[in-house]
Amino acid sequence: MTNEFVLEAITREFPESVISSSEPYGMLTVEIKKDDIKKVIHYLKDSTLEINFLTDVCGIHYPETPEKEIGVIYHLHNMMTNFRIRLKIFMTRENVEVDSLTELYAGANWMERETFDFYGIKFKGHPDLRPILNMEDLGYHPMLKEYRLEDGTRTDKNDSMFGR
Amino acid sequence: MSDNKPVIKTDAPAPPGFEGEGFFATQLSSVIGMARKFSLWPLPFATSCCGIEFMATLNPTYDASRFGMERNSFSPRQADMLMVCGTISKKLGPVLKEVYTQMAEPKWVVAVGACASSGGIFDTYSVLQGIDKIIPVDVYVPGCPPRPEQIIEGVMQVQALAESESIRRRDMPEYQHLLDSYNISN
Amino acid sequence: MKDNSLSNILNQYDSKEQIDGQLYTLNLGPTHPATHGIFQNVLTMDGERILHAEQTVGYIHRAFEKISERRNFAQITTLTDRMNYCSAPINNLGWHMTVEKLLGIKVPKRVDYMRVILMELARIGDHLICNGVTGMDAGAITGLTYMFIERERIYDMYEQICGARMTTNMGRIGGFERDFTPKFHELLKDFLKTFPARFAEFGQLLERNRIFMDRTIGAGAISAERALSYGFTGPNLRATGVDYDVRVAQPYSSYEDFDFIIPVGTAGDTYDRFMVRQQEIWESLKIINQAYDNLPEGPFHADVPDFYLPEKADVYNKMEALIYHFKIVMGETDVPKGEVYHAVEGGNGELGFYLVSDGGRTPYRLHFRRPCFIYYQAYPEMITGAVISDAIVTMCSMNIIAGELDA
Repeated sequence: MTNEFVLEAITREFPESVISSSEPYGMLTVEIKKDDIKKVIHYLKDSTLEINFLTDVCGIHYPETPEKEIGVIYHLHNMMTNFRIRLKIFMTRENVEVDSLTELYAGANWMERETFDFYGIKFKGHPDLRPILNMEDLGYHPMLKEYRLEDGTRTDKNDSMFGR
Repeated sequence: MSDNKPVIKTDAPAPPGFEGEGFFATQLSSVIGMARKFSLWPLPFATSCCGIEFMATLNPTYDASRFGMERNSFSPRQADMLMVCGTISKKLGPVLKEVYTQMAEPKWVVAVGACASSGGIFDTYSVLQGIDKIIPVDVYVPGCPPRPEQIIEGVMQVQALAESESIRRRDMPEYQHLLDSYNISN
Repeated sequence: MKDNSLSNILNQYDSKEQIDGQLYTLNLGPTHPATHGIFQNVLTMDGERILHAEQTVGYIHRAFEKISERRNFAQITTLTDRMNYCSAPINNLGWHMTVEKLLGIKVPKRVDYMRVILMELARIGDHLICNGVTGMDAGAITGLTYMFIERERIYDMYEQICGARMTTNMGRIGGFERDFTPKFHELLKDFLKTFPARFAEFGQLLERNRIFMDRTIGAGAISAERALSYGFTGPNLRATGVDYDVRVAQPYSSYEDFDFIIPVGTAGDTYDRFMVRQQEIWESLKIINQAYDNLPEGPFHADVPDFYLPEKADVYNKMEALIYHFKIVMGETDVPKGEVYHAVEGGNGELGFYLVSDGGRTPYRLHFRRPCFIYYQAYPEMITGAVISDAIVTMCSMNIIAGELDA
């Protein structure tokens, strides 16, 4: 099961969904259209490719490219043939909604909640989408690049001494 | 640096008193101080890595039970010493304050580790920069994590405090003022 | 999917029973003696049977991923320590391997074998805590106290390598900062000679103990299909019967040179998880013996002056070493752009690092695939219908470490 074989299978099934593909450091990385991601992952799970283990879901923020500002990155794995694939989708800041994978994978529940908590990406069909790691009254999605790391309300630290 | 740092005596002589055949008379406060000192029951509020070093302190190589800390009380009502080991986040702050108010007097607080003392290496939006923002602390044990020997030194400083403080510390006006500054009602 | 929400369960009891207090709400945590960290479960119980568990995590969220966007690669090693702090070397060395994959650095064979020895020692330490705590929460505290003495011997070995006991910050990108000291060889030989007998005693205490088996067999069982759907990896998955181990599936750091088996359970319950970890300690000892007997000669770091700090004597005497030192510390070296995902077998499962680099000295995005976070979601499913004592023993045997859960 090589990268070319899997890429060819995906492009044959979903010719309009694949935007681009690459192989950084040997792992097949395919960029998919945002609305088709659930169909593609369902196909990968149920077809003979048997890529049926969801390793990870995470988000990413590229403020320099407004039409591809917020991204969601899925890592999937076929344990029998030891094949890994990375799928990426991108969306604009105003339209941060994507289908949830909780019907396909039970483990996607918390992974998507974490992504929502950090980036504000809404997952349609998620049973319980609320912040998981941060406090509910934090009020913003902290991993976006415009927010600072330190606590802005601290009064006891003198920033001029520490060169921030 | 203040001058009223507690003095640790490792040879533990008997307190000054009057001795005779079959009896020893001394001040009640010395006896109570000695009894408190050798039977501090800790409440291990262990949250992260310092908690594992605290577990190492309790176990045979460093053996905290020779200091009287045999019974770890997870119920605050029965504990004397609150040992906060590990990072306290802002989400956990109210829980910590609740546990502290539920403890009965006399009580001492030890901040074990850099995260409990001052936020440690985590200068972020979600970590409380030191537990002394919400509860009064008696002893700070720095380190990331502190070695068990350092944790024992912190406990020995609490022992020196327990031995030498006034018996009814809770009635002293400075103590009341301290608790009021944290909005903790007694 | 069955609707496990609280309102659905409450609807099955008519209102009179609810008012009479038949359903009891118990708050397990966040600070609780049995939890290996701080996370909260609010249990709705009918007598002693658990009907529903509502989880809250995030009580120790330290924003690792945001911090790592501000730290250079060597500084992030100290953060990775604090995720699964019971087996810190595995996190450190896994991170170094990720960066080496990004930079295209190939380390010498000796470094690989040294890394294997330290990672397996860390795995032994992690499993000793987990099994000791499982015994303690079933009532047998003796096992934990004896096994902590063995952990102290492992700490002595870490001190020889890097100077710290628990949060080790071990190694450098490209290898190690110093070779194994003679004292380390002595300690390791002594450990390999005397640990098996003491560990066998611990096994005799609990493995065929009637009370322990009655407590743990059948507690917190999960099937292999549900475990795979949740994304389980590591000993929890192997206890259900799936033999997936990252060391064998995608060997890193010369693991393919070593001969070891993957222990697998059948029922996916607490007893199987305990026994899988017991057996994994024996396998780790086998690996350490093989690695130590065949330790190849050679340099203890890769020859990458762009990323590996030169010797201090050279820095003070030679011009090139001074320039390299300056460039590395000030972050002037060029890092390739790209994204890489590398997984290692941590104490709890597949620990993954997803690193996106934009050429700067700090990562653009670093995401940790933390096994504890992913399998803790399954906890309510595992304890629904069980009694409270089973719930406690299940939680301990899953080895949930709060630092890794919240990161």
